[in-house]
Amino acid sequence: MGQADISRPKIEPGEIIVSHVGKSYGTVQSRKDVVKDCSFTIERGKLTVMVGPSGCGKSTLIRLMAGFEKPTSGEIRLDGEPVTGPARDRLVLFQETALFPWMTTYDNILYGPRARGEVTRETLDFAEFLLTKVGLQDFRKKYPTQLSGGMQRRAELARAMINNPKVMILDEPFRGLDAMTKELMWEYYADLYEENRRTNFFITTDIDEAIFLADRLLVMSNIPTQVRAVIEVDVPRPRKLSDIVENDRANEIKMQALSILHEEAMKSFSRGSKAAADFVEAYSKRISKT
Amino acid sequence: MPVTKRQGLQQSLVRGVISLAAFVILWEIGARSRQWLGLDAFEWLRGLLAWFGWEKKFLPWIGAVPAPSIVLTKWAQIIHDASYWQSWYMSFFRVAAGFTAAMIIGIPFGLLIAVSRTAYGISFPVFEVLRPIPPLAWVPASIIFWPTQELAIAFVTFLGAFYTIVINVVGGAKSIDMRYYQAAQSMGATNWDIFRRIVLPGTLPSIMVGSAVGMGITWEVVVAAEMISGGGSQIGGTAGGGLGFFIWNSYVGGSYEQIVVGMISIGIAGFISSELLRAAGKYVTPWLRLR
Repeated sequence: MGQADISRPKIEPGEIIVSHVGKSYGTVQSRKDVVKDCSFTIERGKLTVMVGPSGCGKSTLIRLMAGFEKPTSGEIRLDGEPVTGPARDRLVLFQETALFPWMTTYDNILYGPRARGEVTRETLDFAEFLLTKVGLQDFRKKYPTQLSGGMQRRAELARAMINNPKVMILDEPFRGLDAMTKELMWEYYADLYEENRRTNFFITTDIDEAIFLADRLLVMSNIPTQVRAVIEVDVPRPRKLSDIVENDRANEIKMQALSILHEEAMKSFSRGSKAAADFVEAYSKRISKT
Repeated sequence: MPVTKRQGLQQSLVRGVISLAAFVILWEIGARSRQWLGLDAFEWLRGLLAWFGWEKKFLPWIGAVPAPSIVLTKWAQIIHDASYWQSWYMSFFRVAAGFTAAMIIGIPFGLLIAVSRTAYGISFPVFEVLRPIPPLAWVPASIIFWPTQELAIAFVTFLGAFYTIVINVVGGAKSIDMRYYQAAQSMGATNWDIFRRIVLPGTLPSIMVGSAVGMGITWEVVVAAEMISGGGSQIGGTAGGGLGFFIWNSYVGGSYEQIVVGMISIGIAGFISSELLRAAGKYVTPWLRLR
């Protein structure tokens, strides 16, 4: 521990406040509101998980928070400062890997500091520390295509962490991994969070993933996206996957969230959406199981 | 039984040698059929078709092609001839010059119109109008335009590769995943850094594909241009004409073995160019060969 600690920069968790944000696409004649009057807070130093049906506009919210797009109305602030564009204080981990295929693991991790011309002795030490942390020290010279799905996600976590962001935004980062790897990644990611208590905003469609990871759970409505419920997941950390299945409080929260999600899905189901129909089917099965 | 990579390579090498040998043997038999068998190979086929009303003189006759043994004998003489190697050198030089110029101008131009909407708007329509004009249609105009024939040939060769390289560069640069830009931007990269470390390497695979196709076209064009222009160069005579003129000259001189020697030489020259390019491609895009 001792030696590695020296090379770690101090973490300054940030707080994001989304207030009355709306985003619509299309022309004046045929406008589609994807996000409408959406307000929530991503609390400092907490792991906030947003769960909602797929296609509900979660990814749009991420693009707004990251600054890749501007909201049509409302405002997003990080520590009081309005978000105007992409910046290193809010880093996004995308759905599938966005590691640069033409760079080795090591070069990928060092991309941010190099791009900003900020490579110092400390940065290189921190890179070594992160490589060890994500268990990729033997894969530093490998290209992303040579890594497994789980390794790619870990490399990407390291690539984000070296920039020491105030908030980490993760857009369904473990989607597409097989069940086994996914559960390992949950535990790995939770450990990582518990160790540094950075502000994390995690988006998913998977309720089990959400409850296992979250401090706070935001349950979303269908399009146009709004927060339907905020649930404090007061299950003590560190959590174990085997324990959480038996945890009464966790199951209670799961039922509460599922009933809201089910209600939302029914609403769009009656409007005739195919995605919603699939969703209803999938979640009714789940409810009957628990 | 699983086949190792090395065994697989040996296997395909053996197959390649066998198919080449079979090709040469069939060719030899065809060419010498009258001498050996007293009749032309496929003579019966010609007879059959003639019986159906086709005139014999409209049909190909393999007996008219010089046999590989004769070609090889001729080749063995020619390799001592400095002007034959001069032809190789001239063609290679023109291909290299035209191709290099196409890369030097085509890659930056392609990248520019891929990243700048203004540059795209100004130059792409002109480019698209000029592109369908076959390089060989430029031969007369470029002979008039350029002060020397050498430059005229180099220009036409350049055109052969230029369009293909530009189109591939534009396509490659535009198909780079949006998330790479977003990730780089988030991490604080400047536009220059994004260009240098995202756009350029992201386009490299397409640049290599465009170059490989462009190289093939370059050889086609250089040979035809040499034939049309009479191979003129400062050196003069057959020596400066390149392989295209070597073939044309052999045809005019009635040396049919030499035509085939010229053709095979171009085949080998093209193969060498492609292999060099492939090796260069592997070297600059190391992430593609590792799976």
